[in-house]
Amino acid sequence: MAVVFSKPHSLTDKSLHYCPGCTHGIIHRLVAEVIDELEIEGDTIGVASVGCSVMAYDYFNVDFVQAAHGRAPAVATGVKRSDPSKIVFTYQGDGDLAAIGTAETVHAAARRENITIIFINNAIYGMTGGQMAPTTLPGMVTQTSPYGRDVEAVGFPIKICELLSNIEGATYLERVTVNNVANVKKAKRAIKKAFQNQVEGKGFSLIEVVSTCPTNWGLSPQKSLEFIETDMLPAYPLGVYKDITGEEK
Amino acid sequence: MGEKVLMKGNEAIAEAAIRAGCMHYFGYPITPQTEVAAYMSKRMPKVGGVFLQAESEIAAINMVIGVAATGKRVMTSSSSPGISLKGEGISYLAGCDLPAVVVNVQRGGPGLGGIQPSQADYWQTTRGGGHGDYHNIVLAPASVQEMASLTVRGFDLADKYRMVVMILADGTMGQMMEPVEIDNIEPLKVEKPWALTGTGMKRKPNIVNSLYLKPNELEKTNFDRYKKYTKIAETEALAEEYLMEDAEICVTAFGITSRVAKNAIKEARAQGIKVGMIRPITLWPFPKSTYMKHADQCKAFISVEMNMGQMIEDVQLAIECKKPVTLCNRTGGMIPKPEEILAKIKEVGGVK
Repeated sequence: MAVVFSKPHSLTDKSLHYCPGCTHGIIHRLVAEVIDELEIEGDTIGVASVGCSVMAYDYFNVDFVQAAHGRAPAVATGVKRSDPSKIVFTYQGDGDLAAIGTAETVHAAARRENITIIFINNAIYGMTGGQMAPTTLPGMVTQTSPYGRDVEAVGFPIKICELLSNIEGATYLERVTVNNVANVKKAKRAIKKAFQNQVEGKGFSLIEVVSTCPTNWGLSPQKSLEFIETDMLPAYPLGVYKDITGEEK
Repeated sequence: MGEKVLMKGNEAIAEAAIRAGCMHYFGYPITPQTEVAAYMSKRMPKVGGVFLQAESEIAAINMVIGVAATGKRVMTSSSSPGISLKGEGISYLAGCDLPAVVVNVQRGGPGLGGIQPSQADYWQTTRGGGHGDYHNIVLAPASVQEMASLTVRGFDLADKYRMVVMILADGTMGQMMEPVEIDNIEPLKVEKPWALTGTGMKRKPNIVNSLYLKPNELEKTNFDRYKKYTKIAETEALAEEYLMEDAEICVTAFGITSRVAKNAIKEARAQGIKVGMIRPITLWPFPKSTYMKHADQCKAFISVEMNMGQMIEDVQLAIECKKPVTLCNRTGGMIPKPEEILAKIKEVGGVK
C-alpha cells in the first residue's frame, strides 16, 4: 500500500513537550518537511534558543547547539563562518529574539549573515509562565502586566519584520501564521524559501510565525486560533516585508 | 630555529594563535587590547581565516561558541570590562565542554575603571568569572615571548581538556615590544567526535548543550568535570622559581609585577638579603606544591600584585598559612616600583 502521509525524516521520534493547542508542533513539522524536501538534513545544524523551544535539539534529527538567551544569531554566525557549506538555522521565540537578543538579530541581518531564522511570535514568555513580552499587545493581561499592557508606562510592541525591513543587509522577511490550513500552507512556502535562500547563498532570511500560547493566554486551543485572527493579525499583518532575492542576478 | 622579530605583546598573541591553527577570531575594540583585533583583521584574510568585528563582546563570545561547537580552534580577546560581558558565554563554553582561548589584557577597575595596566581580574578569572561550578585554565605570561608561547600552549590545553583557556595578561604585556620567536608550531591533534559537522545522514545527531533539567544529571556532569579539573591540577600546574634555593624570604608575583620584583630581588641580594621568587605561570591550577616545597624554608612570603590583594589568598592556602604572607600592592593602573618592593623585602626581613 502506498504511504500517503508520514512523519518527516528530519524529526525524531521523541514526543513533543509542548502544551495542547500550541503551534510549535506545526512549525517544527513545517521546518522538518522543508529540510526533507531540500535534502539538506545531513548538512543542517540547528541553533536552539531559550524559551519553550529550548529543547528543539531533541526533536530535529540534525546536529544542534543550544544557545544562551537571545544569542542564537551570534552562535549561528560562528557555526556558519566555520563551515559555510552547512545549512544553519535558529529557532527563537519573541522574548529571546525581540527583547534580550535584539542586538544579535539586527546585526546578523545587517551583516547579511547567510542563515535562516524561524521566529515564533506568540506575544508572551511561555516557558517562564506567561510574562509580558516585547510583542505583547497593548492592554493584554500577562503575569507581569496584570492590569493590561500600559503602553504609556512600558512601551509599545516591537514589530520585528517592520523593523528589519529597514536593515539594508536583510534579504528576505515574511510574516506568516498557522491558524488554518491555508495559512499553514503559506507558512511552509515561506519557510522553504528561507532555507532555499541560504542554500543559494542569498543571505539573511527571517520568517516570523504568529503563534499561539493557549496556556498563558488562558484560552482554549480553538479560541487561541480565533485570537490570532481577531487580535494578533491586526497588530501583526501578514505578508512579505522584504525580498531582494528577485533583484539579485 | 624560527625568526626573531620585534612585536607588541598583543600582536604576538594574534600571530601565535594563527600559527597554532586558529582560523577564526571574533573581537570588539577596547583599550588596551585592540591591537589583537587590528592584527587579526590584517592577517586573517591573507591566511584564509575569518576575522569578524562583532557588535558587542557578548556577540563575539557567542560567535566563539558557534565555531568551537564545530570543532575548530577559535579565539576572542578583550580587556576587563569586556571580559565581564563575556562571562555568560564563558560559563556556557564550560557547561558545553567546548575548547576556546579567551585573552584578557587587563586594565584597572571596577566599572569603566581606567585604561592603565592592572591585575584586578585575578579572582574573576581564576574562579571562573561567570555563573555556575567551573574553572578555566589560566595562563599568565610575563614577556612578549610568553604571550606567544602560552597562547600556543593554551590552544593545545583547550583542545586536550575541552575547556576554556584564558590568557591573563595586562596592559603592559599587551603594549610593550620585545623580540619574540615563533617557531614552526605543531598544533596538538585532538579528535573531536562530538563536533557539529552535520550528520551526513551517517550518524546520530551531535548535540552541544549545557541544559540538564534533572538535577541528578546536572550533578553528575559537574562531578565528572571536577574529576577532570583534579587531574589538571595534578599535571598542568606551572611555576618559575628564581633564586629560591637558599631563599628565606619568598616574593611571589605573576605577569608584569614579576619583572619588577626581579629587579628588586637582585638589589636585595646585592645587599645580602636571601630572597627569591615564585612566579606562577598557571594561575589556575595554582602551583600549590611549588609553594609548599618552600613553606618550611622561608620565614615569610610577600605577594606583589596590581590589585587590592587577590592572589595572596591562594598563596596563604598553598602554604596552609604556615608562614605570614604580606601584601605589596599598587592598584587602579599604577605599577609598583622596584624600590617599593625592595622596601617591603627589607621590612619583612627586619633589615634597616
